[in-house]
Amino acid sequence: MNKITYREALNQAMCEEMERDERVFLMGEEVAEYNGAYKVSQGMLDKFGPKRVIDTPITELGFAGLGVGAAMAGLRPIIEFMTWNFAILAMDQIVNAAAKMLYMSGGMYKVPIVFRGAGGSAARVAAQHSQALENWMANIPGLKVVMPSNPADAKGLLKSAIRDDDPVVFIENEINYGDIGEVPAGEYLIPLGKADVKRPGKDITLVAHSRMTGFALAAAEELAKQGIDAEVVDPRTIRPLDEETILRSVAKTNHCVVIEEGWRFAGIGAEISARIMERGFDDLDAPVLRVTGKDVPMAYAANLEAMTLPSVAEIVEAARVSLNRA
Amino acid sequence: MATNTNHPDKPAGLEFEGRTHSLDTLHEMHDMMLFIRRFEEKAGQLYGLKKIGGFCHLCNGQEAVCVGMQHASRPTDYVLTSYRDHGHVLARGSDPTAVMAELLGRAGGIVKGKGGSMHMFDIERNFAGGNGIVGEQVPIGLGFGFSSWYRGDDRVTLCVMGDGGVNQGGVYESFNMAALWKLPVVFVIENNQYAMGTSLDRASAETHLFKRGISFKIPGMQIDGMDVLAVEKHMREAIEHARSGQGPILVEAITYRYRGHSMSDPATYRTREEVDEWRTGRDPIARLENQMIEAGLATADEFKQKDREIKKRVNAIAKAAEAQPEPDPSELWTDVYANPIEGAYPYPGKVG
Repeated sequence: MNKITYREALNQAMCEEMERDERVFLMGEEVAEYNGAYKVSQGMLDKFGPKRVIDTPITELGFAGLGVGAAMAGLRPIIEFMTWNFAILAMDQIVNAAAKMLYMSGGMYKVPIVFRGAGGSAARVAAQHSQALENWMANIPGLKVVMPSNPADAKGLLKSAIRDDDPVVFIENEINYGDIGEVPAGEYLIPLGKADVKRPGKDITLVAHSRMTGFALAAAEELAKQGIDAEVVDPRTIRPLDEETILRSVAKTNHCVVIEEGWRFAGIGAEISARIMERGFDDLDAPVLRVTGKDVPMAYAANLEAMTLPSVAEIVEAARVSLNRA
Repeated sequence: MATNTNHPDKPAGLEFEGRTHSLDTLHEMHDMMLFIRRFEEKAGQLYGLKKIGGFCHLCNGQEAVCVGMQHASRPTDYVLTSYRDHGHVLARGSDPTAVMAELLGRAGGIVKGKGGSMHMFDIERNFAGGNGIVGEQVPIGLGFGFSSWYRGDDRVTLCVMGDGGVNQGGVYESFNMAALWKLPVVFVIENNQYAMGTSLDRASAETHLFKRGISFKIPGMQIDGMDVLAVEKHMREAIEHARSGQGPILVEAITYRYRGHSMSDPATYRTREEVDEWRTGRDPIARLENQMIEAGLATADEFKQKDREIKKRVNAIAKAAEAQPEPDPSELWTDVYANPIEGAYPYPGKVG
C-alpha cells in the first residue's frame, strides 16, 4: 500500500498497462509535452515517447474517431478528453460509432477503447464547464460507464477498463484529483460492474457515485451522531449497474436515498429508484428519495454554485425524511 | 494471360496512359462492374416488393470508382465507406449472397442481419464499414491509418466519402491530423454531384473538391470516375503516394448516380436530360465494352451473353438469400458487449 493521490493512481494504472501491452497508447489534448491539463499524464511522455503519448490538436470529434478506428484495427487507445464537457463534440463517435460497432458489424469489429477525463462540476467555471453527463452515456447499450470515487478505485478500475474489450466511458472528477488514499502497489484490478459498500450500516442505504460518494460518507458520519446508521453503496460502474448489491442493501435497511451531482430528470437516481421499485418494492418502508443537482445550468457566483450542487445537509435531511425523523 | 482470339495480330490487352491491362484483368473489371449494376437493380426490385426495408442507397453509375479502386489496392489495405456501400463491398470480393441476405435481413447476412444496407462489414477483407452517419467514417479511417503508422506496417487506408460528406467538420479535423502525422490514408471523394437533393454548387463554395486539402498541405487530384481504367491508374498513384510514407492524398472522382439518393427519392431536383447524358454518354460499363470491342478484344455478342449469365447469377443469389431464415431471436442479445458482465447485463429480472 502507498498513499498517493487520485491523479497519481490514474497515472500508475496507465503506466502499468502501457508497460504490459504495447498496443495501449494515450492520446489527447496536452497529454504529452504539457504533462496533462490536470497532470494525470505527468512524466508519461518521458517514459514512453511521442509515439505512445500523443498530443492532439483541439479536435475532439477527430481524435475520438481516430481512437475508434485504431481500436477496430486492434490497438487499445486511451483517449483523454480534457473534460467531458468537450466530449459533447465527439458524441457521434462515442454513441454512433464506438457503442454500436460490435453489434452493427455482427460481432466482427470490437472497439477496445477507453474514453477518459474529468466530469462533473469543477470550481467556479460556470455552466459549460460544470455538468455531470453520465446519464447520457449510461443510456447507451454497448458502452460501459465507470466512475471511481477514490484513489484505489481509480487505479483498479482504470486498469480493468484498459483491458476490457468494450468501449469504456471512464469519468473522473476534477475536484477529486488531489485526494489522497491508500492504493495497492503493482497489479491491482477491480472488476467492472461491481458495486462497493463503502460504509456498512443497518438503518438506511445511501447510493452515491464519484464525488458524491464522499458527500454520502460525510452525511453518514453526521447521521451517526444523530443515532442513524447509514450504509453507503458506491456503484462504481454505472453501466452495467450492479443492481444486486443495491437491492441487498435495501433489503437490509428498507430505506434508500440516491445521490447524484447530475440533473434530476432521467438521471442515474431515476434509474436506480426504478430498479428498486421493480425488484425491491416489498423491501421498502418508504419511497426512494433523490438528492440531485438543481435543475438549472451552473452559475459562476460562489453562493449560487453551492446551491446548485447537492450538499451533505440535503443528504442528511433526505435520510431523516425517509426514516420519518425529520 | 488470355490471348486476343479475335485479332491475333493485336496486343492481348488495353493500354491506358502507360499501363497495360491484360484481357483477363479487363474482363474482371468489366464483369464486376456489370455484376454490381445488376445486383443493385435486383436490390431496387426487391425493395419495390417490400422485401428490403428501411434505407437503400444504390450506386448505379458509380461502379467504376468501386472497381477501379479495388484493382489498385491490396487485400491488406483497409477500406471504409459511407452508407452507399454495396458496390464497394462487392468489389472488395465479399460473398454476394451474404450481402443480398443482409439487405433482406436474413440470418446469413454479412453482419447477421444486424446492419442492413448501410452497414456492410467484412473483417477478413479489411472492409470496415459501411457507416450510416455522413462523414463519420473519415475520423474512423484516420484511426486505421494511425494503426499502420503506429505499427510501422505498409498498409494504406482508403477512406471514401461523398460530395456531401466532405462538408462535415470531422473531415477537416481528420485532414489536419492525417497531414500533421503523415498517416497513410487516401481520402476518396465520390463526387456524384448531389448530396441527397442538394447539388454541389448549392452546398460547396469551392466546387473543386480535390482542392479541399490545400490548407492542410494534402495534394489532391481530380479524376474521371466514369472510366475504370482512369480510376485504377490514378488510385494506384495515390495509394503508392500514401504507402511510400509521403502522407495522405485526396482523390476526387467525378461520377454520377443514376438513381435517387435512396429508394424513396424520385430525384425531381435534376432533369431527365441530365441523367440521360450521363447514362448514355458516359456510362462506365458501356465505355469499357466499347473500348474492348474497338480494340478487337471482345465482341458485342460476348458481352450480351455475359450479361445474361450475370443476370441469371444475381437471380440465383437473390433466391438463395431469400430462402434463408430471419436471424434467430437469440441474436437480439448477442454482440452488444464483447465482454458482457454476468449478472449485470442483460438486466436481471423479468422487466426490461
